Amino acid sequence: MSAVGYVAVGYGVTGVVLAAYTWRILARGRRLSSLVPKERRRWM
Amino acid sequence: MTTSAQVETAGRPRSTEDRLATTGSRFTRVLGVVVLLMLAMQLALALVISPPEVIQGEAVRLFYLHVPLAIAGGYLGVGLLAVGSIGYLWKRTIFWDLLAASAGELALVLTALTLLTGSLWGRPVWGTYWEWDPRLTLTAVLFVLLIGYRAMRTASTDPHLRARRSAVIGLLAAADVPLIRMSVDWWRGLHQTATLNPLNPSLDGMMLFTFFFSMVTFAMLFVWLLVHRFRVAWLEEQVADRALDEAIAQRRAEGQETQ
Repeated sequence: MSAVGYVAVGYGVTGVVLAAYTWRILARGRRLSSLVPKERRRWM
Repeated sequence: MTTSAQVETAGRPRSTEDRLATTGSRFTRVLGVVVLLMLAMQLALALVISPPEVIQGEAVRLFYLHVPLAIAGGYLGVGLLAVGSIGYLWKRTIFWDLLAASAGELALVLTALTLLTGSLWGRPVWGTYWEWDPRLTLTAVLFVLLIGYRAMRTASTDPHLRARRSAVIGLLAAADVPLIRMSVDWWRGLHQTATLNPLNPSLDGMMLFTFFFSMVTFAMLFVWLLVHRFRVAWLEEQVADRALDEAIAQRRAEGQETQ
């Protein structure tokens, strides 16, 4: 594999992992937020 | 663990308020847009605009990814894990424990990516994916300690016992970071000594700008992720408290019925 290939795999895998982790956090936050009264979500 | 509140929600259609409920706020929305724009700019700078390096060629583009990930995970992530751990052991309040837990999880993800991108960078530059170089070895030790930290957080149901034991492991992980930082000066290995001396930077022009822009971008991404992760941890505590309150109320009601 050429150097460009390693660069592409590095950026590609990092992008996928960070996007998946972000999605997981936001989805979990959305689900839990609906279970907690608004007055106890201090950032609202 | 499924709480009664979750069971209650599963059976009914979600209200408008439920659908709008998120861990977002005006601050995180603005920061999120800024981070997205900066990530797009970082990709353009790192992959297109900055020139290839004389010796490394195109492989140098991994430098703009690997080092910011390492600094965000190792310094910001593990640094805040240490702050949260010390804060908990000192004050014994849940805020510090949740800060440590959130930072520890982010540090784990970013350290895993640091090891991965480092291996991918090492293959074209050093000719190998992995070598038991002091810095690589100590980073692998950090990764294992962070896995241990995560495991400890699921090992106990007593929140204070869990927080106390986790804080000790968090501080052990934090003690590894100065060793990683100094390893290139103390021992001989594949890693070179610090590339960037503020008084005499060995990078010039567009490469230096791309590197600093990448550092700022990943630091801001870290802050955005940490705020959301902390709020998720806060919500988990609220849901657990509510489930506990309901269980106590149910027990009391059952006790009154039997009298």
